[in-house]
Amino acid sequence: MAEGEVSVIIGGKAGEGISSAGQVTAQLLSYLGYRVHMYLDYPSLIKGGHNYCVVRGTTGYVGAIRDKADCLVALDKNSIDRHARSLLPGGALIYNADTVRSGMGNNGTAVHVSAILSAETAPEVMANSAMIGAFAKVAGIVWHDVEEVFRKALMKAADLNLRVAGRAYREASNQLSVPRLNQPVLPVVTGNEAIALGLIEGGLEVYYGYPMSPMSSLLHFLAKTSRDFHVRTVQPESEIAVVLMALGSAYAGTKAAVGTSGGGFCLMTEGISLAGIAEIPVVIVLGQRTGPSTGLATYTAQSDLHFALNAGQGDVPKCILAPGDAGEARELSALAMDIAWAYQIPVIVLSDKLISEGMFSIGPEPKIPALRSLVGNEEPEGPYLRYRITGSGISPLRFPPLAGGIVRVNSHVHSEDGITTEEPEMTQAMADKRQKKMEVLSREIEDLSPVAVGGDPDAITGLLAWGSNKWVCNEAGEQLGLRVVRPKIIWPFPAREFASAMKGVTELYAVETNETAQFARYASLFGYRTKGNVLKYDGRPFTVEELVRELEKAIS
Amino acid sequence: MKGSDLISQAKNTWCPGCGNFVVQHALKDVLIRMHDAGHQIEKFVLVAGIGQHAKIFDFMNLNGFYSLHGRTIPVATGIRVANPDLKVLCIAGDGDCYAEGLDHLIFAAKRNVDITVIVNDNRVYGLTTGQFTPTSFSGFRGRSTPDGENESPLNPLLLVLSAGATFIARGYTGRREQLKDLIGMALEHRGFSIVEVLQICATYNDLSGYYNERVYTWDEDGVSDFNSAFNKAREWDYNTDARIGLGVLYRQDKPLFEESYPVPARPAISDRHEAIRKFLKERA
Repeated sequence: MAEGEVSVIIGGKAGEGISSAGQVTAQLLSYLGYRVHMYLDYPSLIKGGHNYCVVRGTTGYVGAIRDKADCLVALDKNSIDRHARSLLPGGALIYNADTVRSGMGNNGTAVHVSAILSAETAPEVMANSAMIGAFAKVAGIVWHDVEEVFRKALMKAADLNLRVAGRAYREASNQLSVPRLNQPVLPVVTGNEAIALGLIEGGLEVYYGYPMSPMSSLLHFLAKTSRDFHVRTVQPESEIAVVLMALGSAYAGTKAAVGTSGGGFCLMTEGISLAGIAEIPVVIVLGQRTGPSTGLATYTAQSDLHFALNAGQGDVPKCILAPGDAGEARELSALAMDIAWAYQIPVIVLSDKLISEGMFSIGPEPKIPALRSLVGNEEPEGPYLRYRITGSGISPLRFPPLAGGIVRVNSHVHSEDGITTEEPEMTQAMADKRQKKMEVLSREIEDLSPVAVGGDPDAITGLLAWGSNKWVCNEAGEQLGLRVVRPKIIWPFPAREFASAMKGVTELYAVETNETAQFARYASLFGYRTKGNVLKYDGRPFTVEELVRELEKAIS
Repeated sequence: MKGSDLISQAKNTWCPGCGNFVVQHALKDVLIRMHDAGHQIEKFVLVAGIGQHAKIFDFMNLNGFYSLHGRTIPVATGIRVANPDLKVLCIAGDGDCYAEGLDHLIFAAKRNVDITVIVNDNRVYGLTTGQFTPTSFSGFRGRSTPDGENESPLNPLLLVLSAGATFIARGYTGRREQLKDLIGMALEHRGFSIVEVLQICATYNDLSGYYNERVYTWDEDGVSDFNSAFNKAREWDYNTDARIGLGVLYRQDKPLFEESYPVPARPAISDRHEAIRKFLKERA
């Protein structure tokens, strides 16, 4: 085994608790001081099929998976058929002896799941605990640590799960070395949980959502924690209602956010355009999945970039942020709320299935920059004008009831008081006002570290990455000596900081999970042309080895 | 406060004789009455869709949200979720509310959100110059159906009754005093209220003569009885010749949508950060 590096694949049928087994395994590794990442792969069905997850622990932060694993935990035969070839030499196989006759050459660890469950009169859903117990022993994790993690992760049902895991633990024998690392233990969260925390840190008060993968779990998390965080959640009749309710709430002074995937985002576009002209703050989390249309409901893609950029008829003032993992998702979601309310515009947080449903170790405190330009909040003379024209383009924001004043917002072109107009001068003045806000925002984002550099920062060959390809590109970049240039603020385009990150790069290659190199096309608008693009569009993430192979082909 | 204080300086662009004037002035009178009874005008919010009806947004001195075609109700719902102290009134059209935004109407009734929806039902698209709407007579000849359309009209009263509305009334722009009373009762109702207004379109669909011959006022016996309301609503199907009842069709008490989403006290920022730290500690 490589030092400070462990990968585990857990496979089984849908309904066998693969996701929660992965989560507990991730927390177990995290408890030993590893930084962890989990990728969950499941088809769009409730029972049966094949689900698996890859849990990877490393010494530093991680957000990519590898082809090869140190351990395969197979709840069914199918998992062995599919994943046995991924085991590293000397890797450990742990299998459910009820459904698998024997391991490869009988050298695996058999877990007698049904015997263990009946000995403890435990329900079938606890089979995964038996498998985790066996894994812990195989990996050489001391029982005390297993106990601690089960109590944290499973809360109520921890005792029975621990008895089940304990039997499997005692029956198995140690095979691998997963030593405790001497570094602080970090929290492990899904991307959607991180987004929720960020939105809350940005002042979220009400969240509207219509169920859709991969964003349903954001709605679920906020609903479940409603009392802890004082955020209300509402599930309206459609994504059209979702975004319009959010705009209604924001009009009345309550900070709202919404989340969806591409199909729901289609329905939201009229609301985004409305938010643009009516100057109403709203944050939209767009979790991309494989398209077009219904596409692959539970798999990933980065193919909604241009859709997000162009969402809404007319020149809609907006801002688009693209986090690369859960930690950044938290920071940028908070920033999204701040930008939306400071500039009175719609802000889109572009996530995808890998970030939203993946698990990541995150740092304990986020770095949320303070915006400098809370302009337009001075109290001018005269009656309240919702669209008062100011130097920054930002008007003072007030909410009804306003003593002695009227708050009118309007989807039509309007005058400063919000009343409809069709006059050419005012039409142009209001368009200028909206674009002025974008100019101010364009300047401000340059100071918010909008472009990250990874891999080898001095290399002259560049990888153009965005969103969830952060870590796979960084790892490949380190291995191959490539500079990874990755904008986190996509629109307005951080021209100054992008140029600075690109200084000295002579050749640029884009890495994207879509079929038309959407970001490369976008960058070309600003004069950056890629020499080649490495694209993947089968719904699955790049593994580190796969990307290294593809880059070697593309660059040589 | 005088009635004229509620009328804005914006130039009115409705056709002469338009039924929208009647709705506007009925609303103005009702608001003055409510103001005199102690309501604060700055707590009213008018949400308009898109259509001739919606221009009332510009013509009134009221807080307002000039929304999109069909989208008054979700905006109004969001306002109520944010601040249940506000009185939220939607002015919608028949194309607006019964076609493009029908789902929102049904769901607002189902939820019993405490808003008032006034539908200016002139049974024709005016702003887009004369196409048939969900409530137009079968055979309506408009610019999109020169040979007449072959659909049957929706009966909006049956629709909202079955969806769970707790206050349903029908008024007519040819009966101003009654219309005023109905709008007033709707605004005072606790729960989802709708006033379906038979409104003449002076340019594309002037049904004054037709309505004047057929309208009568419902008696209010059994106004909270669903079956009685159902039968009254079926008397005229918006198509075949029948008497046309006006007044309150149905009134019921039900828990409000807003009560399931009580506005929490705004927590101190430090409390929220503490809650986040606690959550993350459990995940470490």
